[in-house]
Amino acid sequence: MKTVEDLKRMREQLQAQNRLRHSGGTEIIVGMGTCGIAAGARAVMSAVLDEIAKRKLEDVKVCQTGCIGMCEREVLLDVVRPGEPRVTYGRVTPADVAKIIAEHVVNGRIVEELVVGKIVE
Amino acid sequence: MRELSLHILDLVQNSIEAGATTVILEIMEDTRDDQLVIRISDNGRGMEPAILDQVTDPFVTTRTTRKVGLGLPLIDMSTKRCEGELTIRSVAGEGTVVEARYRHGHWDRPPLGDMVETLKSIIIANPSLDFRYSHSFNDAVFRLETVEITGILGDIPLTHPEVLEWLDGYLRSNYANLYGGVPYENS
Repeated sequence: MKTVEDLKRMREQLQAQNRLRHSGGTEIIVGMGTCGIAAGARAVMSAVLDEIAKRKLEDVKVCQTGCIGMCEREVLLDVVRPGEPRVTYGRVTPADVAKIIAEHVVNGRIVEELVVGKIVE
Repeated sequence: MRELSLHILDLVQNSIEAGATTVILEIMEDTRDDQLVIRISDNGRGMEPAILDQVTDPFVTTRTTRKVGLGLPLIDMSTKRCEGELTIRSVAGEGTVVEARYRHGHWDRPPLGDMVETLKSIIIANPSLDFRYSHSFNDAVFRLETVEITGILGDIPLTHPEVLEWLDGYLRSNYANLYGGVPYENS
């Protein structure tokens, strides 16, 4: 049984470690419009969160976005590494998430076979 | 959509896209009155009466990325199948309240589904949203306010691996308690 007290204790431990990074991290964005949700975006989001917890990634930011008009390619998942193009992956399943995180988020190698677009910002 | 918790995720996304900074989600299950009510109230930009009259028409949408809007029509349909109804109240510039009402024990009522996954998605992907949640099942209630969690965390992000583990465990144990510590229809 996890409680709010556990969270307070955890905060104190983490602050004592004092090794948190707050900026310059990678951003992962999941499409959560009606189309994304119907295509399974919630399971993809859960897989992302599980993978972050499992690999103990401390500098990844997770966001959601609405429909961007590519409904037929949902679930869409974007990875933005600092200083690199925004890469959009399409038809992502929970099974693809571990690969995208291991290859792209951690090691910077784009998973070409799942890419539907790149935007240089 | 097969689960009501997916519709809920969709409705909260609507609120966020309407610019809401506060979203209140209430789920009220009462097996004695045979009622299930899901209510989402936000402080987003709201809708003019002319739009409000048309929101359950799938061929009306304010978005520009596609020509159909299926979120509200799908919920409207699912409530009507279950001797319930969808009501939407909205004031332009003030906010919107969407309420879906079902007969709890109706054959066709979709299961609530995995609310823990829905709550995690909402909370973690929208860290600056003031999200307030209450879920009652007969006399038992589970309440959660994100300001309490982010207040404790201070500058530690919600996506910190240890926070993610805590949140998952916290939601799952509170959910089990809500249904009397036994797995409910959804697990």
